[in-house]
Amino acid sequence: MVMRTKIALLSAAAAGLVMSGYAFALPEGVDTVQVTATAKDHPLGELYSGWHFRTPETQALQQDDFENPGFLWVEQGAELWETVDGSEQKSCASCHEDAADSMATTGAQMPKWNEALGKPVNLEQQINMCRSERMGAKPWKWESSELLSMTSFVRNQSRGTPVEVQIDGPMTPWFEKGKDLYNTRVGQLDLACVNCHQNYYGQSIRADRLSQGQSNGFPTYRLKWQKIGSLHRRFKGCMDQVRAEPYKVGSDEFLALELYVNWRGQGLPVEAPAVRQ
Amino acid sequence: MGHKLAAGFCLAISLGAVTAAANAATIEPQDVVIREAEVESSLTGSPGDPAAGSKWFKSRKLGNCLACHGNRDQIGEPFHGDIGPPLDGVADRYSEGELRAILVNAKSVFGPDTIMPGFYRVFDGQRVRKEFQGKPVLTATQVEDVIAYLKTLKEE
Ligand code: HEC
Ligand code: HEC
Ligand code: HEC
Repeated sequence: MVMRTKIALLSAAAAGLVMSGYAFALPEGVDTVQVTATAKDHPLGELYSGWHFRTPETQALQQDDFENPGFLWVEQGAELWETVDGSEQKSCASCHEDAADSMATTGAQMPKWNEALGKPVNLEQQINMCRSERMGAKPWKWESSELLSMTSFVRNQSRGTPVEVQIDGPMTPWFEKGKDLYNTRVGQLDLACVNCHQNYYGQSIRADRLSQGQSNGFPTYRLKWQKIGSLHRRFKGCMDQVRAEPYKVGSDEFLALELYVNWRGQGLPVEAPAVRQ
Repeated sequence: MGHKLAAGFCLAISLGAVTAAANAATIEPQDVVIREAEVESSLTGSPGDPAAGSKWFKSRKLGNCLACHGNRDQIGEPFHGDIGPPLDGVADRYSEGELRAILVNAKSVFGPDTIMPGFYRVFDGQRVRKEFQGKPVLTATQVEDVIAYLKTLKEE
């Protein structure tokens, strides 16, 4: 594939470069990558999208919708949106019609409280609930091409919308659990998320310039993966790095962590699909 | 301690001697005594090999010190990090016993919030991945090798 070869070349070239400030304009569809934290007890003053910390090459790749490889998944998601599936003979569009309207803010507000389940659900889980409960279709596997595509497509409808998750009411215990997980050291290297993403963002760990570990770009195309991946896959990767036994994708632990991480990025515009090294 | 160290440099030249010595009474991670930010004696009972230590320092699978520290002699290595300070001149700043304490358990020297992992500690109940359970990041011999390497990092 022409696109793939080009990406490989770009990432090789980017590896030797150090990023300095905004060499490029902002990501397409996004007006800012930096906001001031609004919550009183927010542990960070300024919030930065992960985009801010990447090389100009990687930034540019994200910026251009035609070059951004994540759009292969967005496009596939757009097709699936219209595709009839399951015993009810319905597509997503049968109920939600034009995603540009019906999903304009959804991607910025997940996970949301689900009264029937008595717990929050994130975007992946909501999509699968609609499939199994409303379409009579089989839920898609986590990290399957279909679920990644649909998540990318739906999240992309909210591009530019500031992240805003509910953390009060019944969400509070989940938020607290996520906060706890964020600050708990794990693995043989005995490190917590906070040790890297709060105390050392902007500095380099091996080849990687540490970001604040924000979630506003997910699902994200990673040059290293040569595909798009979910936020939970990234969480898993970070736990692997410190030689910890990761929680399962879709687990309650990662759901709580997702809620808390999203809150840490409250106000940052959704950038999905982002491109990262 | 000084004379022991000098002997270390001579011994290290002959790799064979170091490997043979590794069999001597090794102190297990749970038995290491850190007193006033120092671990006095060698974990293996003998000095390490600085050349091997330099390798462990770079190795992603082992020390991976380079992930956080860039030293003048390794600055040519691609992708060193800058989370921790460069370790040039560290041999002048710390005694051997202090370096050993830093390596064994950095928290005992820098405080509980440090990002630097302890390399000769064993953790329980912290979701340590199966293949690493009950094991320190480095073996006693590797810790002594890295210390021997750090002892070569003097101010010019
Ligand atoms: C040893 C340091 C380290 C720890 C601990 C760590 N990470 Fe990361 N994380 C990284 C590195 C390196 C990257 C890739 C560069 C970057 O974006 O920071 C990364 C990337 C991320 C990203 C992607 C950011 C983006 O914009 O693409 C998220 C989200 C993230 N981490 C969340 C977490 C969470 C949650 C935890 C705790 C479970 C965690 N990390 C623990 C090092 C760490
Ligand atoms: C039979 C009608 C129906 C179909 C078909 C359907 N949904 Fe839904 N969907 C709903 C309803 C009703 C809700 C309101 C929340 C709830 O109670 O589940 C909803 C909620 C959602 C939400 C959360 C919206 C928000 O802002 O909170 C998303 C995302 C979603 N659906 C995605 C999809 C996708 C993707 C598909 C196709 C795979 C799909 N839905 C198919 C009826 C449907
Ligand atoms: C995850 C990052 C990280 C890794 C990996 C790491 N260190 Fe460190 N190290 C630090 C930080 C940060 C400091 C400074 C103390 C602090 O702020 O906690 C430090 C301090 C030191 C010091 C004291 C330096 C001085 O001048 O005061 C020595 C010696 C040292 N480290 C050796 C090592 C060795 C040897 C390894 C590999 C076996 C290693 N470190 C791996 C982060 C790291």
